[in-house]
Amino acid sequence: MALAKRIIPCLDVENGRVVKGVNFVDIRDAGDPVEVAKRYNEQGADEITFLDITATHEGRATTIHTVEQIAEQVFIPLTVGGGIRTVEDIRAMLNAGADKIGINSAAIYNPDFVKEASEKFGAQCIVVAIDAKKVSAAGEPLRWEIFTHGGRKATGIDAVEWAKKMADYGAGEILLTSMDGDGTKLGFDLALTRAISDAVCVPVIASGGVGNLQHLVDGVKEGGADAVLAASIFHFGEYTVPEAKRFMAEQGVEVRL
Amino acid sequence: MAKSTIAVIDYGMGNLHSVASALEHVGDNVEVLVSGDPEKILAADRVLFPGVGAIRDCMAEILRLGIDQVVAEAMQTKPLLAICVGMQALMQRSEENGGVDCLGFYPGEVKFFGEHLQDANGQKLKVPHMGWNHVHQQKPHPLWANIAQDERFYFVHSFYVQAQDSDMVMGTTDYGVNINAAISRDNVFAAQFHPEKSSTAGLQLLQNFLSWDGQS
Repeated sequence: MALAKRIIPCLDVENGRVVKGVNFVDIRDAGDPVEVAKRYNEQGADEITFLDITATHEGRATTIHTVEQIAEQVFIPLTVGGGIRTVEDIRAMLNAGADKIGINSAAIYNPDFVKEASEKFGAQCIVVAIDAKKVSAAGEPLRWEIFTHGGRKATGIDAVEWAKKMADYGAGEILLTSMDGDGTKLGFDLALTRAISDAVCVPVIASGGVGNLQHLVDGVKEGGADAVLAASIFHFGEYTVPEAKRFMAEQGVEVRL
Repeated sequence: MAKSTIAVIDYGMGNLHSVASALEHVGDNVEVLVSGDPEKILAADRVLFPGVGAIRDCMAEILRLGIDQVVAEAMQTKPLLAICVGMQALMQRSEENGGVDCLGFYPGEVKFFGEHLQDANGQKLKVPHMGWNHVHQQKPHPLWANIAQDERFYFVHSFYVQAQDSDMVMGTTDYGVNINAAISRDNVFAAQFHPEKSSTAGLQLLQNFLSWDGQS
């Protein structure tokens, strides 16, 4: 009898289609986001995360319409992120039916934006997304830095310190992506996940690198994650959400079956 | 058969889209009205009193718009379902924002989980309490119809209700402490969890509310 660890399928959406790339390039098409979201809902996903990677203005109107369609049919929490820069962006996504909003680079350029958003909409609705990469050399104490632009640009900000600051600023949750792992299917960066999870009191979602079901278990048991997020293992039919949950339950992880 | 109506009270706090679309999804022959207009709210057959965000801001808007009077009157006359901060607002006082007086319809307090919350094994528990947790039904109630004992519902909150009168407690959840997940008196039912985000079980509870006559 305890709070369940959450399994969150992630839809990376570009111009109205679900895509997933390896290390953010070489994008493969994985379908209509509304259909994909409905499928995960029926499979018993605990939440759905929708990351808009569309760059254009016209694309964003499509995104709002897609979020509306998902919210009308899917009655589990829906997080929407990608390109959120202003209070108006947040309001538009909430009005479209999102429950939580992911803030990423806007938090780096203006940390007070997180404070403002949290005060206005409540911490429960603000998820700060952190893209981190290992910067310590072999033999040095482990250290991770925040990166922007899909992992290409270093910021010099220490990832653990940043997570603490964002929780203090009113983030209700941290979505932690290892840029080293993302799309590689080699598993989460467990040391990074553990370092952040121990450093903050808010829930941490581990993301980036899931290739098999053991990786999900490791993220919770070794990384201390409160939720695990994965995309391609679900999109391309390698595993279903119930298979993932059964496997995790067998390994002693509390899940909602 | 005439359409029945349900008013979702809109006092400008947060997003009522989810709860309205969930009610529309389960309601056969039901008109869902999202409104802050006292007359329209009190003309509806049922009332839903939502709430998200910080209690200080919620209470300020409730009082500024006279929603306290509307809720008080609805509580006398028709089935009312309060959700999350809506539930908390029914109590006397909340520890949030340095201490805020609530509507005081029911004796009891709204308490903080604390910063060093632990489970029975001494493991650190995160705050907010966010995700799917078991709700133990303490008593039979029409709103629990067709919902399994200890079913999981979706929670997201850092403060919890502790009603003084244990007779009111319809459901409890363990998260470091034992919290009131649902309370009820007469024609009022209040839930800390979000039925509109709780998939099949949550939709069932909303459907039960739409057919509830307010008799427990």
